[in-house]
Amino acid sequence: MSTMTIDKSGPTRKVKYGSMSRDRAWALRWSYFFLVLFAIFSLTPPLYMLITSLKSSAEISAATNPWWVYHPTLENYIGLLTSNQFLRFFWNSAWVSIIVVTITMLISVPAAFALARMKFWGSATLATGVFLTYLIPDTLLFIPLFKMFAMFGDWTGIQLINRWYVLLFVYPTLTVPFCTWIMIGYFASIPKELDEAAIIDGASWFQTLTRIFIPVALPGLIAATIFAFTVSWAQFLYPLVFTTSTDQLVLPVGIITTLIKGDVFNWGQIMTGALLGAAPPLIIYAFLMDYYIAGLTAGATKG
Amino acid sequence: MVDVTLQPNRVTATQAVRKRSGLRNALRRKSTVAFVMALPLILLILILVVYPALYSLHLATLNKSMAKFVGFGNFEFLFKRDTFWLVVKQSCIFAISAVIFKALIGFIVAHFVHNVPAKKQRKWRGMLLVPWVIPPAMSTLAWLWLFDPSYSAFNYTLSFFGIGPIPWTGDAMWARFSVILVNVWYGAPFFMIMYLAALKSVPEQLYEAAAIDGANWWQRIWYVTLPMMRNIIAITTLFSLIVTFANFDIVRILTAGGPLDHTHIFATWAFRVGIEGSDVPLGASVSLFMVPILAVAAVFILRDISKRGNEA
Repeated sequence: MSTMTIDKSGPTRKVKYGSMSRDRAWALRWSYFFLVLFAIFSLTPPLYMLITSLKSSAEISAATNPWWVYHPTLENYIGLLTSNQFLRFFWNSAWVSIIVVTITMLISVPAAFALARMKFWGSATLATGVFLTYLIPDTLLFIPLFKMFAMFGDWTGIQLINRWYVLLFVYPTLTVPFCTWIMIGYFASIPKELDEAAIIDGASWFQTLTRIFIPVALPGLIAATIFAFTVSWAQFLYPLVFTTSTDQLVLPVGIITTLIKGDVFNWGQIMTGALLGAAPPLIIYAFLMDYYIAGLTAGATKG
Repeated sequence: MVDVTLQPNRVTATQAVRKRSGLRNALRRKSTVAFVMALPLILLILILVVYPALYSLHLATLNKSMAKFVGFGNFEFLFKRDTFWLVVKQSCIFAISAVIFKALIGFIVAHFVHNVPAKKQRKWRGMLLVPWVIPPAMSTLAWLWLFDPSYSAFNYTLSFFGIGPIPWTGDAMWARFSVILVNVWYGAPFFMIMYLAALKSVPEQLYEAAAIDGANWWQRIWYVTLPMMRNIIAITTLFSLIVTFANFDIVRILTAGGPLDHTHIFATWAFRVGIEGSDVPLGASVSLFMVPILAVAAVFILRDISKRGNEA
């Protein structure tokens, strides 16, 4: 040990203070240089969506400079926003997402409260099970789920396949486990004295949840809501499997199946549709970035 | 410690209550209330996750019309098909290389963002996370248009450097490269955010101590940053491995498995066989091949989380 410290103390003495700050200035310059490169890489596809969405079909097929709009036009936006079909996709997506968020919160908040604070037989196993469920991807379950809902239709006569509301049953399998998991983390971080005081004052468990836990863990609740919304809005596999009629489709599947007709790609409209489809998550992100990032990192850092 | 000493008391207390009362007090008991609150969650997991998972095991043993039990027939059939081995190979190449590049790029970018003065970090972080925010189905459409065979904006740009038109999605090797590139573009910001959060939690004193001991830039990363971030790196990588291995959207939209099934991964091939080809049992068998790697990753993640739970 002692020889090592002697060895290392040698070179440090020779370092000048001036070179240290000069190093730091260069490091900063290089950081900016690479950050600009990475920002270009990150933002190229969305910017290209915007560029293409402002072009007319004639300009796209003329193969001029693809990175520049010579004759900007809003005809793609007007075309889509006045098309009943596109508006239908948009409303389907909006309804599905809003209802799924509501269902998710109604299921996961009480469950997380029960798992974080009120121990019962098997609660620890259930908490682990919730986390394991979160790790099961949609691509593993879509075939059995599809078959299950088809069989359910045969048995009871209630046809759920190819109805938009079937998505209300399958989306919560993706949103509820994660939301429960991060809510457990947020609830567990609330000091025990707070709910003990409430119980002593005569509050019921339900009142403890609504008057204390939900207000105190509000940032976590917002993060979980944002997560549930973005997952439901972006989900592509389940609607592709479960819905086929054009009036039942949600936005991502609708754009891909109706705007791509055979080999004819109407790229101006496709990019406009994609941009409009990306808009709600982007707007939420722009205004609630801190909650969004809190939700993103909570999955691994809390627990 | 406090919990341990309290527990016997609580047990005797609840037993005493149970003796004295009937159903009314049982409903008021804490564990009953808790169970009722968690009941919707339990039902959801049992009916819509556990049951389908077991059901897919059953499905995988049926023949195409789902009338006859064939045991391992579907698997035997798969093992004899070249396409299946192509899918296995491509799934591994796709998941492993995408995760490695995502982790590396995320790590590097997180360092650059961390270097920038604190006030400006928010702006950069905001811009760099945009790929993660856009629904992948939507952003992959933009990539598809950037890769378009005749109007590719990339080929237009590259032609100025004398690099000939690249068949981004037309040629097997390039198509493999393209799906990985899009996946890296989509997933690297997630790593960046996780690493950035981890970097901020490393105490500044450690770097100062290392600097005083004469550690250079590389030694500081190797002996201070990496050991401090080991947990986050491991868990993020495992998460990403699961998500990437089970990816569907990007491959489906960008190449739909083509050219000649060279970019199919388990999920897209299961969809092609099970839903489009309406051979549900075979599709279920294909998707079951995702289970082993998911299980291994899940075990490691759980071990990591319970370990941290014990430390806390």
